[in-house]
Amino acid sequence: MSADPPPLVSLQGVSKSFGPPHAPQHVLRDVSIDVAAGETLVVIGESGCGKSVTMKLMMRLLTPDAGRVEWDGRGVESLDEAERRLRRLRFGYLFQMAALFDSLSVADNVAFGLRELGRPEDEIAHTVEQRLRDVGLSMAAASKRPAELSGGMRKRVALARALALDPELMLYDEPTTGLDPVMSDVINELILRTQQARGIASVVVTHDMHTVRKVADRVVMLAPLVRLGDPEDGQPQVRFRGTAEELFACDDPEVRAFIDGDATLRLQELAA
Amino acid sequence: MSAPAAALPNRTSNRTPLSRRLTDPIAELGELTLFGLRAARVTLSSRPRSDLLWPVLYQVGVRSIPVILVTGGFIGMVLAVQTYDQLRMMRMETTLGSVINISLVKELGPVLAALMLAGRVGSAMAAELGTMRVTEQIDALDALGADPVRTLVAPRLIACVLLIPMLTLVADAIGIASGYLFSTQALGIDRYHYWHNSTEYVTAYDVFSGVLKSLFFGAAIAVVACQRGMSSGAGAEGVGRAATESFVRSFIAILLLDFLLGMVLSPLYYMLWPGAVAL
Repeated sequence: MSADPPPLVSLQGVSKSFGPPHAPQHVLRDVSIDVAAGETLVVIGESGCGKSVTMKLMMRLLTPDAGRVEWDGRGVESLDEAERRLRRLRFGYLFQMAALFDSLSVADNVAFGLRELGRPEDEIAHTVEQRLRDVGLSMAAASKRPAELSGGMRKRVALARALALDPELMLYDEPTTGLDPVMSDVINELILRTQQARGIASVVVTHDMHTVRKVADRVVMLAPLVRLGDPEDGQPQVRFRGTAEELFACDDPEVRAFIDGDATLRLQELAA
Repeated sequence: MSAPAAALPNRTSNRTPLSRRLTDPIAELGELTLFGLRAARVTLSSRPRSDLLWPVLYQVGVRSIPVILVTGGFIGMVLAVQTYDQLRMMRMETTLGSVINISLVKELGPVLAALMLAGRVGSAMAAELGTMRVTEQIDALDALGADPVRTLVAPRLIACVLLIPMLTLVADAIGIASGYLFSTQALGIDRYHYWHNSTEYVTAYDVFSGVLKSLFFGAAIAVVACQRGMSSGAGAEGVGRAATESFVRSFIAILLLDFLLGMVLSPLYYMLWPGAVAL
């Protein structure tokens, strides 16, 4: 029997802090997460618990202070800069605020990664049209600037840009934040459809329980380090690991409070 | 989500220890130097995409012309006003052209044009890249496999190194013309003597040394602005500070480079032409 393939991305005991060395602000401490091919992992947790930082570490847009990041079982540290850039193209990233290039049109935004790879212009034009259609946009939007688009359209263009390079793993950073319920559901549907149609793995960072219910195969919940105290207290930052069903059946008060949006625990802590 | 901002400073952390006040500028200078070396290496080793280069060339070159015309025009006239009375007291009014034009092409043209461009071009670059940093557009470049230094810094470095010397030549030409017109029309200096003295004393080396300086000024403006922008802090305050710091540091870099290049270029002239007489 052959051994299981290594995870697409693996974070092993990673820690990350920001700020100057004399006054660091710790965000992640000893966090380990694997992402297997084809699965959809949802990362939830309170604001400031390091969800987006976790995604940027997976993509190696940030360097961990401690711990190891592996892509396909290989340490990212062992790759040189050029190889790291090339391998990173296997991952697509949907940024929280879309991060479209303001100075470029919608079409040029979607074509950006393809032009970086030196693909022929006719192939680029075909891919741009196809990807815009995949996210429900027509070519009428192609010549517009990002500033002319609504929040939902910006997210969809950013998704088209990320999908243009045919990634094996899509990372979504709070994909429904700031969108109305209908547009949020459109984005959730696109995440689901993308995963099903292409069989690609997804990591979704969100606060939105509707998104969790709709797209999650597995869920990881992180807690903010400021509430965990010293490392000696031994409380792990990952507060929950399991399937979406297990999450919603979980009776841990902290997890329940987050799912139900119940502030009682937090208000008691603040009062104390 | 961008990296979390540092916690609000309290009364204790507000006071920076003396040791850090001394070491921080050295560390920042080191960072700037490393960034400049990386930018130079990337610019020399790869060709930027033309669709990214042309808009920057337009912004730096074409959009700066009005500012340069105003700067050059006033330098020539101000020099004429300031120098005329002193030369008249010595009955040397007819040498006004040589004084204006040497000052203009060797020193004031390149320095003042660079300072204006550090404000117009450098601050705009720092603000643009700073905004790209805080809106995660630079992370998006990385995510799409593009090196931000090659994509963002190299076109700006090329544009500044190529176009700031050209803009300096434009400022010089306008300054020479405005100085000539003001001196001959308003101050009544004889046209023949004005040009004769100018061509007698202003050498091609003077023009060359001014243009060479502006080449270094251009590189300094681009490197400082891009480094400040790409390491911008969070939010509008961070971007605003990046733009301000870009101008202040470019200003200092221009003055420092002007001094150092002046120390090298003047002796070099007399080494190359030992028989030349100083004005």
